[in-house]
Amino acid sequence: MNELVGRTAAELGALIAAGETSAAEVADAHLDRIAAVDGAVGAFLHVDPDNVRAQARAVDERRAAGEELGPLAGVPIAHKDVFTTTDMPTTAGSKILEGWRPPYDATITERLRAAGLVIIGKTNMDEFAMGSSTENSAYQVTRNPWDLARIPGGSSGGSSAAVAAYEAPLATGTDTGGSIRQPAAVTGIVGMKPTYGGSSRYGVIAFASSLDTPGPFARNVLDAALLHETMSGHDPRDSTSIDRPVPPVVEAARRADVAGLTVGVVKEFAGSGGDDGVTARFTEAVALLESLGAKVVEVSCPHFTYALPAYYIIAPSEVSSNLARFDAMRYGLRVGDDGTRSAEEVMALTRAEGFGAEVKRRIMLGTYALSSGYYDAYYGKAQQVRTLVNRDFDAAFERVDVLVSPTTPSTAFPIGERADDPMAMYLADLWTIPSDLAGNAAISVPCGLADDGLPVGLQIMAPVLGDDRAYRVGAAVERALEDRWGGPLLAKAPDLAEAAR
Amino acid sequence: MSAITRAEVAHLARLSRLALGDDELDRLAAQLDQIISAVARVQEVAAEDIPPTSHALPLTNVYRPDEVRPSLAPEQALAGAPAVEEQRFRVPRILDEEA
Repeated sequence: MNELVGRTAAELGALIAAGETSAAEVADAHLDRIAAVDGAVGAFLHVDPDNVRAQARAVDERRAAGEELGPLAGVPIAHKDVFTTTDMPTTAGSKILEGWRPPYDATITERLRAAGLVIIGKTNMDEFAMGSSTENSAYQVTRNPWDLARIPGGSSGGSSAAVAAYEAPLATGTDTGGSIRQPAAVTGIVGMKPTYGGSSRYGVIAFASSLDTPGPFARNVLDAALLHETMSGHDPRDSTSIDRPVPPVVEAARRADVAGLTVGVVKEFAGSGGDDGVTARFTEAVALLESLGAKVVEVSCPHFTYALPAYYIIAPSEVSSNLARFDAMRYGLRVGDDGTRSAEEVMALTRAEGFGAEVKRRIMLGTYALSSGYYDAYYGKAQQVRTLVNRDFDAAFERVDVLVSPTTPSTAFPIGERADDPMAMYLADLWTIPSDLAGNAAISVPCGLADDGLPVGLQIMAPVLGDDRAYRVGAAVERALEDRWGGPLLAKAPDLAEAAR
Repeated sequence: MSAITRAEVAHLARLSRLALGDDELDRLAAQLDQIISAVARVQEVAAEDIPPTSHALPLTNVYRPDEVRPSLAPEQALAGAPAVEEQRFRVPRILDEEA
């Protein structure tokens, strides 16, 4: 493994800025790593080395021409295949969009390019971001670098695997029910769901519009904050974008202390059945926070236990509406257009063939929940639960600065174990969903290995627009644990065999 | 008693514009029944007088000035189309033959 590949994003940016290496050299080192390990990991759906080298050369030329570039200029980034990119296919992991070349860049894609990040490839994902294991991709299986027989989480599992496998120091993701935090937790890296509306949805293929939140992956908290700052901020092209300054996340990540903070442990989560190994690491993390000077109290959020069922009504309802756009008329797949069939028949044939099983399940579920006669009992009730979850958060944040929980109830499960059991799969998001419903900021940072030798994530939830607080506490935990471990958790991951070139 | 019948599932598939085969409908009927029974737990919550929340954050409508701005050229807009004719999307017939 080339030494550059093991560096943090902040270090790479500084080395490139100092002229000790170049964006081109860094890109080549990562392309080599992808060539060596991605056959086994399967993180990427699309990598075009010529395009990557051209991007990197352009960054080096911008710098040579005297342009002032940000701290991540020249750093490679793996981009979830849900963000539109004009120079690479965008499929959202679905056959219905196979080979689609979007005519415009997502706002976040534009911002990455403007900041000089080098988009090294598009990462695999659960189809339309629906899933917790990336097994719902129509294209390929992605494997967890800690154990290739296990899932990398999802839906942003290609992104988490790419970062954990040192194929890129940074990646983008989207979090609708936990799709950034859960994959980060099970691969031993950092993943942040910003405050809803803090990062633009323009050019993000929609799953559930009232929940979808793009955010960063990185191998450490500071890198995540640097990417957060680069990709976030008001976007007039997204009507739900917040017109306020980005919280000072980089400063908070550098501050890395918990002095004077009160940390709340959610009582209801403690009783809802995490694996022993997860619970043990979480309990130690809480004790660590106390030893670092935080005051720890127990907080009751009685409606959090209803967040999961409410989410599996609200998200599918939005899916049934959002995915109506895949109509076989304007872009994407068209099946059965033989000159005799009607538009409606072609549409139904195309959608049956182009969508995978989980997407169909959610469209049907949403159509059911929104249909007359059931609307009040399901969708209406779920929206009321959403209000109650918000109120639980409001009451909690009157008493505490942040809430903590394990990110996921279990470590990475074996590929195939839950593939035929939708409800078992849905439980992976049990503790991440409340912050999606309420729209507040939440981060997952590694907090150790369970007895099975697999990573456990600590979730830190902060109020709406309190993203900096999540980074501050996350960085404090990271610093203390890395002191104890003598390095990052990921250093304990087994080396991946590099294929001969 | 099941939460949803096989006939209801077939109806939902038609509403959803999904041409599903019998096998798929059978499988979905069982799975949807399980999921709907699980999510029905929201009905246990006492929510009288609780207003609904449709969105994470309170929102007001956003306007922009009504002015001409650059947009996609026709060839860009049509670039991903399954079928194109005379700078338009070509679609299958919309009306019945008899109509």
